Amino acid sequence: MQRRQTPKQPLQVHRKKQTDLSAWRKGGRIDPEKSVQNHQSPNNQKNDSKQDSLEQALSYFEKVQDRVSLKKNNVLQKHLTTVESIALQRGLPPEGFDVLLNVALSGKLSDTVNTRLLKSLIPASVIPETSVVSSVSWLCVSKCSSNIQLLFLRWLITVFDFIDHKERLHALYGFFFSFLQDEKMCPYVCHLLYLLTRKENVKPFRIRRLLDLQAKMGMQSHLQALLSLYKLFCPELVTITLPGKTKTYFKDSEGPWKATINTVRQRKQENSLVSQPLFLGTAQPQSRKRKWNTQLIIPASSTNKNNLEEDREKQRVDFYGTNESFPVEQLQTFSQLLQNIHHLEFPSQMGSVLTNPLLLHYMNCIKDESIYLRLYYWMGQTLQEECTWYVADNKQYEEFKDFLETVYKAECFLQEGFSSCEEFLYKSLPLWDGFCCRSQILRLVSWIPLSSFSEMKSHLYDPLAQLFFTSSLYFKCSVLESLKELLQNWLNWHIIHLDSESDSQAHSLGVYTDAASRHCCRNTTLSGLVNVVAELIDFVGWISTVALRLENNPTFLLYFILDFYETVCDMYLRYNLPLLIMPPAGVFYPALLSMDSVSLNQLCYIMYRYRTNLVAAKENELSKKKILQFKFSSQTYQEYNQYIIAMVGCLWTSSAFQKDIHPQGLCMDDELLKKTTVQEFKTSFNIVYHPAMMGYAVLFLQQAWPDDTTFNFSLIKGKKWNWYLEYLYAQGLKGLKVFIESSINRVSQASHSKAGNMQA
Amino acid sequence: VAPGLMSAMESVDGAVRTLPSIGRLSRGLLFGGVHGRVGLSPSSRLLPPAPPSQENVDSQKTTFLLRKQWTLYSVTPLYRFSDTHLKDYARLLSAFIAAEKQKGLAVEIGVELGIKVAISSLPDLRGSDRDQAAILVQLSSRSPASPKNSEEKVIWSGWFCSVSGDDFSENVPEDFTCLPLFLANGAESYTSIVGSWFQKTFDCCFRRLAISPLNLSWMAAMWTGCKVDKTASAMELVFSVPHLPQPLDISYAIHPEDAKALWDTVQKTPGEITQEEVDVFMDCLYSHFHRHFKIRLSATKLVKVSTAIASAHCDGIIKFLQSQYLTGVLMLLTELAISQIQ
Repeated sequence: MQRRQTPKQPLQVHRKKQTDLSAWRKGGRIDPEKSVQNHQSPNNQKNDSKQDSLEQALSYFEKVQDRVSLKKNNVLQKHLTTVESIALQRGLPPEGFDVLLNVALSGKLSDTVNTRLLKSLIPASVIPETSVVSSVSWLCVSKCSSNIQLLFLRWLITVFDFIDHKERLHALYGFFFSFLQDEKMCPYVCHLLYLLTRKENVKPFRIRRLLDLQAKMGMQSHLQALLSLYKLFCPELVTITLPGKTKTYFKDSEGPWKATINTVRQRKQENSLVSQPLFLGTAQPQSRKRKWNTQLIIPASSTNKNNLEEDREKQRVDFYGTNESFPVEQLQTFSQLLQNIHHLEFPSQMGSVLTNPLLLHYMNCIKDESIYLRLYYWMGQTLQEECTWYVADNKQYEEFKDFLETVYKAECFLQEGFSSCEEFLYKSLPLWDGFCCRSQILRLVSWIPLSSFSEMKSHLYDPLAQLFFTSSLYFKCSVLESLKELLQNWLNWHIIHLDSESDSQAHSLGVYTDAASRHCCRNTTLSGLVNVVAELIDFVGWISTVALRLENNPTFLLYFILDFYETVCDMYLRYNLPLLIMPPAGVFYPALLSMDSVSLNQLCYIMYRYRTNLVAAKENELSKKKILQFKFSSQTYQEYNQYIIAMVGCLWTSSAFQKDIHPQGLCMDDELLKKTTVQEFKTSFNIVYHPAMMGYAVLFLQQAWPDDTTFNFSLIKGKKWNWYLEYLYAQGLKGLKVFIESSINRVSQASHSKAGNMQA
Repeated sequence: VAPGLMSAMESVDGAVRTLPSIGRLSRGLLFGGVHGRVGLSPSSRLLPPAPPSQENVDSQKTTFLLRKQWTLYSVTPLYRFSDTHLKDYARLLSAFIAAEKQKGLAVEIGVELGIKVAISSLPDLRGSDRDQAAILVQLSSRSPASPKNSEEKVIWSGWFCSVSGDDFSENVPEDFTCLPLFLANGAESYTSIVGSWFQKTFDCCFRRLAISPLNLSWMAAMWTGCKVDKTASAMELVFSVPHLPQPLDISYAIHPEDAKALWDTVQKTPGEITQEEVDVFMDCLYSHFHRHFKIRLSATKLVKVSTAIASAHCDGIIKFLQSQYLTGVLMLLTELAISQIQ
C-alpha cells in the first residue's frame, strides 16, 4: 500500500498539513470555531485538495518579494486563479485576509493583480479585525495606487458587517477622518465614517472640518449624510439645517462583492442541513419578491424588543452591561445554551425556532403554553396560506415542500407533533391529490398527535383510504410505512408517559394528567388510548386486505403490511399496552401462502411474537398480582389458535386442508382436492414443498445428494429433515427458526412427528 | 312572491375587472367558513342587537370610517400587546417606518420624521365590555414645503377590532390580545410596513380575509332586513360568470323596498337568521332573474354585494355606509376573521 502513494507527497506529511490548516499563518491566533465553519462541506476529498492548493497559494503570496509580472509568471497566474475560484465558490477563511490584504496593499505586485486579489476577498465566515487594521497602516504609507486605495475602501464598506471585532477599528477613527481631504476618497471615507461614527466621535473640530469641506466642494450627499448623523447624535453642535429627504446618500455602496457574498452564503446554507444559526441572522437573503404578509420565509431569530419601553430605568441599566436576558442572536453553541438557560428569552417571532436546534432544545425544557400558542398560530396560518395543491408556480411549490420538510424535522427533533400541523392535515387531506409533496405530507401524518375522541376516521382515514385505493403500489406502501410510524410514535408516547405516570403515582386513575402531555394527547385515558390504537390497526388491516386483492399479492406490498404487524404483535411486551390484534385473514393467508420466503419468514416471526406476548399476558392474568383493567378477549386467543393450527398444518404436519378451522381458511373436502388431480396435495405446503421453500429444498438436495438429479424431495425425512431445518436456519430464516422452536412441540427428535399446537 | 324589480345586465370589460387574488380566493373558499376543529359553518346567526340610539354611538368618532374602502385581514392574537403603551408603540413604529424608507441609514427613535404615526384606542368599537377596544393606527404626512404648523394629512390608516369575539378571546391566555380583524385603507406599501412591524413585535400573522360567496349571500340577506331612514340606494349584487373566454359580470340591482318585502316574507323568527332562510331568499332572487333573462345565477359566482348598509367584495374589501350598523357588520366580519385563524 505504501508504494502506491505518490512519491512526492508522503502520506504523513500530507496528513499533517491537513490537520493543521492554519499552520502557515505565523503567530496567528486560531479560532477553532471559525476555521471549522469553512470545512463543513459534503465532498470532503475534493475540498481537501482545494484546501491544499489554497494554502499553497496563500503561502506563495506571503513570501512573494519583488514585482512579479503576471504575464511571464505561470506560478503567480496559477495561484491567483486558485484564490479567485475558491473565493467565488466558498469564500476565503478568516486566516487568508491578512496575507492577501498585505500583498495587495503593499504595492509589490502590479495593479491588475492587486485588483483581482481585492475583488476576490469574499469572506466565508468572518474577517479578522487585525488584518483590517494592518491594511489601514498600509494605506497610510501609501505604497499602493489611489485606485487600489479606493477599491480597498469600497471593499471595507461592503464587508463591514463581517469584521469580527470593531474596537481597534474604531480607534482609527481619526485616521479615516484625515482621509477626507482626498477628493477621490472622500465619498467612500464618508460612508465608512458613517458606519463607524459613535456619539463620542462627534467633536466640534470635526464638524467644522466637514462644514469647510462642504463649503469647498458644495452640497455633496455623502457629506450631508455624515453631517446629519452628527446632528442626530449632537443636535446642539450641528445647527445648520439639512434637507430632510434624500433618497440615497451613498452611491455604489455594494461594490463587486455583494452578489458573490450572498451566493457563497446561500450555498453554504444549502449545504448545512437544518440550518445552523446564521452568522448574521438578520441579513438572510430574501430572494424573491413576495407579498409582505406571506410568511413562508421563516423569520430569523431576533430578540424580542417589545419590552423596550416597559421600564426605561431598567433599560438604561441594561445598556451598561448588566443585561438580564441573553440575546438569541448570540446563541451559537450548546454550552452557551446551558450557561444562559436561566435568562434566555425566546425570539420575537416564534417561527424562527424551527430552524434553530438550540432553541428547539430550549423549547423542550420550557413549559410555557404561550410558546406553543405563538408557534401554533404562526404555523397554522403559514400552512394554510401556502398550501396550494393546484398552484402551477413551481418555485412556490418547492418552497412549500421545503417548509413541510422543516416542520417535519422539527417534529422529529421534539418527538412531538404540532397541533397546527395536525389541523392542517385534516383540512387539506380531503383536497390532496396524493402527489404534491407526497413524502412530506405522509411523513407529517406520522406525527399526528394521539387524541382521545376519535376524529381520525372522518379526518384522516376516510380521505387517506380514497387516495390509497386509487393510487399506485408505491403510494400504498408509503401510506403503510407512515401509518406504521404513526403507530410507533403513539406507542412511544404512551410508554414514556406511562413511566412518568408511575412516578407521579397517578397510574391507578388511568388518566394522563402530566402537563407535558398537553400537546400530545388531550386528556386521554388508557381505555381511550386502547380504542384509538385499535381503530388505527383495524384500519390498516382493512386497507391491507383490499390492497392485497387489488394488487394481486405482490411481495413488496406484503412486506410493508407485515412490517406494520411486526409492531402490532409486540405492543404488550414492548410498549406495555394491553392490546393485541391479530392480522385479518386477508393478510394472514396471502402471507402464509406467499411465493416468497421473505414474507413467510416474516409471518413466522410475527406469529412467534404474538405467542410470546399472549403467553406473558396469560401469565400476568393468572398470577393476578394486580387487578387488571384490561384483559385480552378470548376472541384474540381463539383467532391466534386458529391461525397457528393452519400454519402448523401447512408447514409441518401436512394437514392444512383437514385441520384448518378458520372460517376463511384452507379447509377443503378431500373429494374436492382429488378433483384438482394434484398428487400429494397434503404435503404441498410443508416446509419442503411450499412454493416459497422449494428453492431451498432443491439446493439442499443438491448439496446432500450431489449425484442425484431426480430431485426426490421425499428423501428429506427423518434425520435428513433435521438437517434440512438446520440448513434453512443457516440460510437466514430466523423467523422460521423461532417459530418452529416455540410453537411446534417436537415429540421425537428423530422423526417429524405430529406437532402439538400451542394452547395459550 | 315576485316584487317588482328593476334589473340591469351589463358586461364589464375584462381590463377593468382585474381580480388580483383569484388564487387566494379559491383557497379562501377551501378554508373559509371552517368553524372550530370540526369544520362547520354556523347554520344560523343571531342578528346584532337593534342599532343603539344616536347618543350611544359617538358617531363623530367613527364617521371617518365610513365611505372608505377597507381591505380586510385576519390577525392572530397579539402577544404581549398592552394598550397602555400605545404612545411608545407609535414612537417605535415611526422609527421603523423611517428605517424602512431609508434602508441602511441610521435613524434615531423619536426624532421628527416625514411621517407621523398615531396609535390610539377606539373604545366605542366593540360588541361588549368583554371585547378588547379597537386600536387605530394612522400615518400622516407633513408637507415638506411648510414643515411647521401645516395641516397634517392622513395618508394611511388601519384598525384592529373585535366585535363580539369574546368566545374566542376567552380561550386565549392572558399574554395575548385578541383583535382578530384588521382593516386597512391606503397604499399597500404602508400596510406592508405597518403589518410587518406588528408581526415582528407581537408575533402575530396577517392574512387577507376573502369573503366567500356563501358569506356574501348572508350579508345580502342580513343587510336587506335592516331599516334605513333615508331613501336608500338600490341593492346591487354582482355575479361573475365562470369559464368564459371573456370575463363577464352580471349586475343585478333591486329596489331596496322590494328586497325588504321579499325578505320579510322569508324570515320567520325576528332577530335570527338561518341558512335556510338565506338560501330561500337568494333562490327567489335567482328565479326572478331567470324568468326575465333566462340566466341561472345559481351557476355563477356572487362577487359583490352593495346595500345601503355596506358593500362587500369577495376579495375582502368592504365599505361601511351607515354608522349605526357599523358594529353589526363588524360582528360578522369578526366571526369570519376568527374562523380563518382558528
